[in-house]
Amino acid sequence: MTNTAASPDWTTSKAGIGDRIFAALALAAGLVIVGALAAVFVFLAIKGAPGFSRAADVYGPHATDFFGYVGPLLVGTLTASVIALIIAVPLAWGIALAISHYAPKWLGTPVAYVIDLLAAVPSVVYGLWGAFYLAPKTVPAYEWLHEHFGFIPFFGETSATGRTVMTAGIVLAIMILPIITAISREVFSRTPRLNEEAAYALGATKWEMIRMSVFPYARSGMVSAVMLGLGRALGETMAVTMVLSVGFDLSWNLLGSSSPTSIAANIALKYKERSADLLAVLIATGLVLFLMTFVVNFVARWIVGRSERKMAR
Amino acid sequence: MSTFEEVESRVHVPLTTPRLPRVAPILVGVMAVALGGLVVVLGASIFVGVLAAAVTFLVALPGWSYGVEGRRAAVDRLMTALIWSAFGVAVVPLVSLLWQVVSSGIERIDGTFLTYSAFRTQIDQPTGIYHAIIGTLMITLGAALISVPIGVLAAIYLVEYGNKNRLSRSITFLVDVMTGIPSIVAGLFAFALFTLMFGPAYVSGFGGSVALSLLMIPIVVRATEEMLMLVPSDLREASYALGTPKWRTIMKVVIPTALGGILTGITLAISRIIGETAPLLLIAGAATKTNFNLFDGGMTTLPVYIYTERLDGSDEAKLNAWGAALVLIVIVMLLNLVARLVGRLFAPSKG
Repeated sequence: MTNTAASPDWTTSKAGIGDRIFAALALAAGLVIVGALAAVFVFLAIKGAPGFSRAADVYGPHATDFFGYVGPLLVGTLTASVIALIIAVPLAWGIALAISHYAPKWLGTPVAYVIDLLAAVPSVVYGLWGAFYLAPKTVPAYEWLHEHFGFIPFFGETSATGRTVMTAGIVLAIMILPIITAISREVFSRTPRLNEEAAYALGATKWEMIRMSVFPYARSGMVSAVMLGLGRALGETMAVTMVLSVGFDLSWNLLGSSSPTSIAANIALKYKERSADLLAVLIATGLVLFLMTFVVNFVARWIVGRSERKMAR
Repeated sequence: MSTFEEVESRVHVPLTTPRLPRVAPILVGVMAVALGGLVVVLGASIFVGVLAAAVTFLVALPGWSYGVEGRRAAVDRLMTALIWSAFGVAVVPLVSLLWQVVSSGIERIDGTFLTYSAFRTQIDQPTGIYHAIIGTLMITLGAALISVPIGVLAAIYLVEYGNKNRLSRSITFLVDVMTGIPSIVAGLFAFALFTLMFGPAYVSGFGGSVALSLLMIPIVVRATEEMLMLVPSDLREASYALGTPKWRTIMKVVIPTALGGILTGITLAISRIIGETAPLLLIAGAATKTNFNLFDGGMTTLPVYIYTERLDGSDEAKLNAWGAALVLIVIVMLLNLVARLVGRLFAPSKG
């Protein structure tokens, strides 16, 4: 440890000045963060405001006003995200339970590390893998689904390339798996030991113990993990951009080749046409996306905060 | 739970219940694998075979258990099997992805690929990703230079000066909000900011750095904050007792104690943003030449290079994309490894 008493200047230095400068610096850094977030909102609003009301032809061949333009994109964003959640959430909870309550330590620790590695893989690599490797592999499965469950509107005519909103959802699911797993694992392992023992003492099987003592304790953590995963999925750009082949049909079919893309992916695909009007529209859609993820994250944090207060009591 | 109801007539409850033999899961497992193997031999794909084996196991073991042990034990066995299979399924995509990247990328990696840019001075000159590696390093370094001081100082404010007052609570909240900003929105922000200041055709690596720092700052703040809170207040008190001013206490006692964790957090934050693509597409532009100037002209980074090669679609471009993906993943994994080592290396000695 640094020997502070040996420093010769503590007796002579006017502590006030150094302290004041340092405190001001720290405060300034904090204010920069506040300013940056305000700036994000302000600049997007300035540049995006005209995008809400352009001439009809700016909104492309498929829409005439802003809501017609952003509507299908919202549907695309939500579809891919919901598919991702449906796949990822049960898996993530299963993995988290396995690590916290089933696996021995020598197995659980490395697997937890592997899951964290999944989070570190860049999204563009997921996109590459999804487009070149996963998409072609899914075609037979989709054809089988269409053949046997074609009466369900989700499984309509299949795309020949496999680059469908379903594939995009699967890739998104793999991408949000780590964050949901990490948070759930943490809350599962924080269950008080006594609650678990009490459940066992009443004769519960392991699963009944988990249902009776782990889940009630971890419920808010599980919910907020899902919300944070949803926030991630809504804003993810590259995986959807690279995997999905874009169309503008609003249909129930998840296996077709003409599903609308997501807001984020649409920006990445269209930004190159640097016409001022279209850019304003794109920034306006970005603003919509920002507000949407803001609300989702806000709700997630609120749930966490509420449960923390409850536990502190 | 608390009400106690009178038992009307005595029920005979046996103290022991019939159980499956201990080897039952193994036995059923072997049968399931055998069945899956049979399906594969009969001409189905390996995927279908594994699926058949899994379904067999998930049906047969709880079914047997239901017959012998009753409903509760059967549900328990079913859930145990499901949880273990989730555990197994999770490893599949990572292994598949890593295998695919390594096996497709390795053939493109050689000295030329790593040291040439994509700019051809002659028609038959080989191309590489040197320009993208330089671009990645410069832009990431720029982002780190912006984010680390701001992030660390803000965390110091929150922990040492904030005292949970209204400002520090709202900063904590805003940092939480920032962690949720979609990367493309960060890119749009940098784009809106710089085109408003420098005209509509502006592209530069620095714009990319600004966008990335917006994503990096919250990670740094969070990690640093957590580490600073772990520093025991005894150390601070001891330092104050010696008459040390607060800022010197922070610089000489608090930060050195938490240094390992802070460096780990920063390295992990870098590994998180180094793979970002979307913001750079918007503001950093693209270049085939190697560009060393962060403030002028387009700069290609590895993720953007991968994306543009993917758009190109030719076989050669596809190979380039896989090669660049391999380089990128190696960099990210190395950073993760370094983060762990640094955490160990700078951990305060105990005792």
